[in-house]
Order: sequence, then structure tokens, then C-alpha cells
Amino acid sequence: MALTTTQQKLPSRGRGKSVDLNSTNLFAWIWVAPAIIFVAIFLVYPTVQTFIWSLQNANSTKFVGLKNYAFIFSDPDLLEVLKNNIFWLFLATAGTVILGLIIAVLADRVRAESVVKALIFVPMALSFVAASVIWGFVYAYQPPGEQQIGVLNAIVVAFGGQPQGWLSNSPGNDIALMVIYIWMWTGFCMVILSAALKGVPAEILEAARCDGASEIRIFFGIIVPMISPTILVVTTTMVINVLKIFDVVYTLTGGNYHTNVVAMEFYNQLFNNGLGNFGLGSALAVLLLLAIIPVMIINVRRFRAQEARR
Amino acid sequence: MSTVNPVEPSDVASVDLASTGGRSVTRKPAISPRHRILRLFNSSIVTIIVVILAIIWSVPTLGLLISSFRPGELVQNSGWWTALAYPWHFTIDNYQQVINAQGMGRAFLNSLVIAIPGTILPVLVAAFAAYAFAWMKFPGRDWVFIIIVALLVVPIQITLIPILQILTGVSLTGSYLAIWLAHTAYGLPFAIYLLRNFFGELPADLFESAHIDGASHVLIFFRLVLPLSVPALASLIIFQFMWVWNDLLVALVVLGGNPNSTPMTVTIANMVNSTTSNSNFQVLASAAFVSAILPLIIFFALQRYFVRGILAGSVKG
Repeated sequence: MALTTTQQKLPSRGRGKSVDLNSTNLFAWIWVAPAIIFVAIFLVYPTVQTFIWSLQNANSTKFVGLKNYAFIFSDPDLLEVLKNNIFWLFLATAGTVILGLIIAVLADRVRAESVVKALIFVPMALSFVAASVIWGFVYAYQPPGEQQIGVLNAIVVAFGGQPQGWLSNSPGNDIALMVIYIWMWTGFCMVILSAALKGVPAEILEAARCDGASEIRIFFGIIVPMISPTILVVTTTMVINVLKIFDVVYTLTGGNYHTNVVAMEFYNQLFNNGLGNFGLGSALAVLLLLAIIPVMIINVRRFRAQEARR
Repeated sequence: MSTVNPVEPSDVASVDLASTGGRSVTRKPAISPRHRILRLFNSSIVTIIVVILAIIWSVPTLGLLISSFRPGELVQNSGWWTALAYPWHFTIDNYQQVINAQGMGRAFLNSLVIAIPGTILPVLVAAFAAYAFAWMKFPGRDWVFIIIVALLVVPIQITLIPILQILTGVSLTGSYLAIWLAHTAYGLPFAIYLLRNFFGELPADLFESAHIDGASHVLIFFRLVLPLSVPALASLIIFQFMWVWNDLLVALVVLGGNPNSTPMTVTIANMVNSTTSNSNFQVLASAAFVSAILPLIIFFALQRYFVRGILAGSVKG
């Protein structure tokens, strides 16, 4: 509808510069220039600076080559940090994307859609500090015999169990932290996937149902393939986000009890008032950048395939 | 071909379903009563599942909400659910403390002044760039795109020291302009990535017919691409607004201590830190809800742009 009116308003042939999708267009640089300038100053420049620091010693006075990187892969504590990050990467990403997709698809067909979506979205709208307070109330631990003020331990004790230190018992505490992250970010995945779902034509779904296709088959056969580009976007965003996971760990355990992650460790190294190692901290940050290269390659392949289909 | 069919050709099942779909719209086979009952049954199961999920999701928030209405000493010593049983000890003191805090009204306005341009500017800049990445050909395009999106992984903390040096160099620290620019830059990688994906999914036929009509890129961008990408733009605006609204770190660093331009997040953090008793959970809880109101209003307001079939009928043979 929007388009029929627009088409009438389009200027007649010959006026203005007409679009040719296949020829090289140097004017494109004007379209991307503002973005490039912003990103160059605020993100590229600091990143290059960090890269240089990563090749230098603790107080950036001497060039040390790849020594900081070699240290990361040989120090047992730092190897544990890397292991935790990989653990996070798979579980937290899968958790947010899968739950976000399921909720978006299910909410799409109930009448209370916007209320349900709002309730899932609320955790995102709350500030992070508030979220850590909320989960402090969920995981709070009091010694056995005292009144439990945390929901989880109250339930455990009510059923005759022993109260647990959810945030201090390794290895389960990693999962406890991931639950918080998933709770916050599922709403994000849901909103974006839901925007993509609205692009799946209702006639196709209706027709498949009339032909007797089961809902499961419709989900895997129609919905998932049609919104797969957006699923990739959401997954990539989550992978990147989880790679630099910081807030949850910082506010709830501070990286103690074997829950340390890369971003937490470089924060300690960079901002620990002279006690930290600038070179090592920077090397950890650069490592995050290197880690997403495979993900970016998948994305560019996808965009090229999309163009080839046009 | 009148309908857009972005289904991968390799996916036999979906192509099969989609193509039969095209026919059966006109055929409209009768649905048997058994089928209808089954569907009704299915849809109520879906409703139940969704409602249960939403309730589970809300338990922690409910705990915070209830705590925000309780006196401090009770929050520290008893579970929030005990507040639901008689005798009730609710209070609005926490909210009064937040709303009447020194400079809170001013801080609310500051937050708005920061968040509105901090949302519009990045969305606009990103939309221009995303359009070029999706529908123009130029040398180095893929590399520039990869680099911009890869910058999503850069933790904001590592940028703060160099950025502060630059801003001090041009004496912009403490100004609204500085924080608008910073939020624009930090928001761009995700915004460009998201919009490029949605813009790229628009049917090529659309651009071809516009091309035949002699439309320029500027015209196509404003008249076709933006109106057809409303759900994507709406979701982007929701998140960008929320991130800027809830930001504490960038505001602290870029605005420094300038009391005239501090947003709510900074004022709340100062208030919570300065409260003498160490039990200020309940004040923090009420502050969290006070500051979450506006993002939630925006979320609800933009819900109506999440509509199905915005592309329907846009492409004509």
C-alpha cells in the first residue's frame, strides 16, 4: 500500500541519478563516510593503541613481541580463564538464541503477545546494577539453620535440603551466572527474531497448515529457513557479547571461585592501579578480536550468497 | 512471479510447502471438525506454555518489585515472599527517597537530552551506511563492513582512556555533544550490522522497478527502504534508547563530574553510594523501577510497528 502511492510520486524517467545495482558506485563512500569517521575515532584508534600495548611490557616501556600472548597460553590460571570463556560462549549463546526463538515463535500466536514479550523484555530494561541486586535475592545464602532470604535456598530448605552457596560452589557457579545472562539477553534475541518473524507471509503459514503440515514441520521447514539470516545476526551478536562478558561476573563473583573470564581479567590487569600488567591486559583484549574472525567469515559468506541470489 | 520467495532452493521441504501454499490460498480446502478441535487444543497449550514461561521469567523481577516497597531492615532479614503474607509491611519511602533526591528532576531531563539524540543520530548514520553496504557496489566494501562489525567485540573499557585524551584535546569533555558522539560511535557497529541484514533481505525486484522508474538512491532510501524496514528500525530504536538511557560508564567518563549534565544513572549511583547504612538494596530496587519506566513505555509504544505483512503487495510483477 505504502508503495503504490510512492510509485506514483517517483519522478519521471531521466530526472535525477538513476539506480544501477550492478555498476560500481563511488558515491557509496559518501553514504558510509559518517559511520567510518565515528568508528575510526572512537573504536579503531583505541583498538590499534591496545594492539601496540599488547606487544609491550607491563608498563609499556619496552617492546616484548608476542611474549604476552605466549604467557596467556602457558599460565594455568589464564588457561582456566580461557576455558571458562569457551564454556560461556557455547552455553550462554545457545541459551539466549534458542529460548529467544522459541518465545518469539510461540508468542507470535497468542493473543497476549505484547504482554508476554514485555515481561520477557523487562530484564533488559532494568539497569545492570538492578539485575545484580535481583539475582542477589535469588542466590542469597545463609548458613544452615538461619532463615534463608534467597528464593533458591528457601526452596531447597523447604524440601529438607542443605542451603547451597550457588555463587561459590565451582563448577556449578558458572551455570548460575549464565542463567542471569540468559535471563537478561533472551529478551533481546526475542525482539529481533520477532521483527524477522513478521516478515514471514501469513499466507504461506496458513496454506501449510491447511495442507496438514504439523507445527513442528512448519517451524523447521518454513519459519527457520526464512528467518535464518536474522538467526545468524542474533547468534553473531550473542557470540560477540558473550565473548566480552563482564558485568555479570564483575558484580556477582568478581571473578573469584573459578568463574574468571577474559574481559574480567583484562579489566583487572588494565585498571588495577599500577598492580596490573598493561601488556598482558591488552593482549587479552586483542585475543577477543581474533576470536571472532571465524564468525565474521561466516557472515560475509552469507552476505555474498544473498547477493548472488538477486 | 508475484510473490517474494527468499526460501533457499536447497531446502526441499520448505520449497515444497511454500509452492503448494501459493495454490491452496485460492483452493481453500475445508478443515475437518477434528482438525479444528486439534488446532484449538494446540493453541491453548501454546498459550499455557507461553504464560508459564513469562511467569518464571518475572519471578526475579517480582522479588525486586516487592523489595522496593519494603522497609530496609526487613529486606535484609527476611525473604521477599514473606511480605506477601499478613501482616503487610509495605512502604513508599524508598520511592520518595529516589524521586526527592537532590537534583533528580534535572537528572531525568538530562537523561532525555542525552538519550534522544543518542538514539536518533546512530540510527540515521547506520541506516545510510547499511543501505550502501547492502545495495551499492564499491571497492573495499566487504572489508570495511567486516571491520565495522568486528568492532562490536571491542570492550568499551579499552576505548575510554584514548577517547578521554581526544575529547580533552578538543575541550569537549563534560558537554552533551561529547556524549552524543560517543554513544553514536559505540552504537554504530550493531546498528549497521542489524540494518544491513534487514535491508539486504528486501526483494531485488523492488529496486529494479524503482530503477525503471528512474528513482535515485536517495529517493529509494527514504521512500522505500526506510518505510519497509519499520520493524527492524523499531527494534533498533528500542535497544539503542535503552542502552543510552541505562548507561553509567560512558556518562561517568565523558561527562566527568559536571553536575549540570549528569543523567539519572549517575545521580542514582551517587545516591546509593552515599546512603550511610549498608542496606540500600531497597532504594536501589525502587530506583531501578523508576528508571525502567521510560524504556518500557517506548517498548510498548513501538510494539505496534511489529506488524506482519509490511512487504505484502509491495512488489508487483
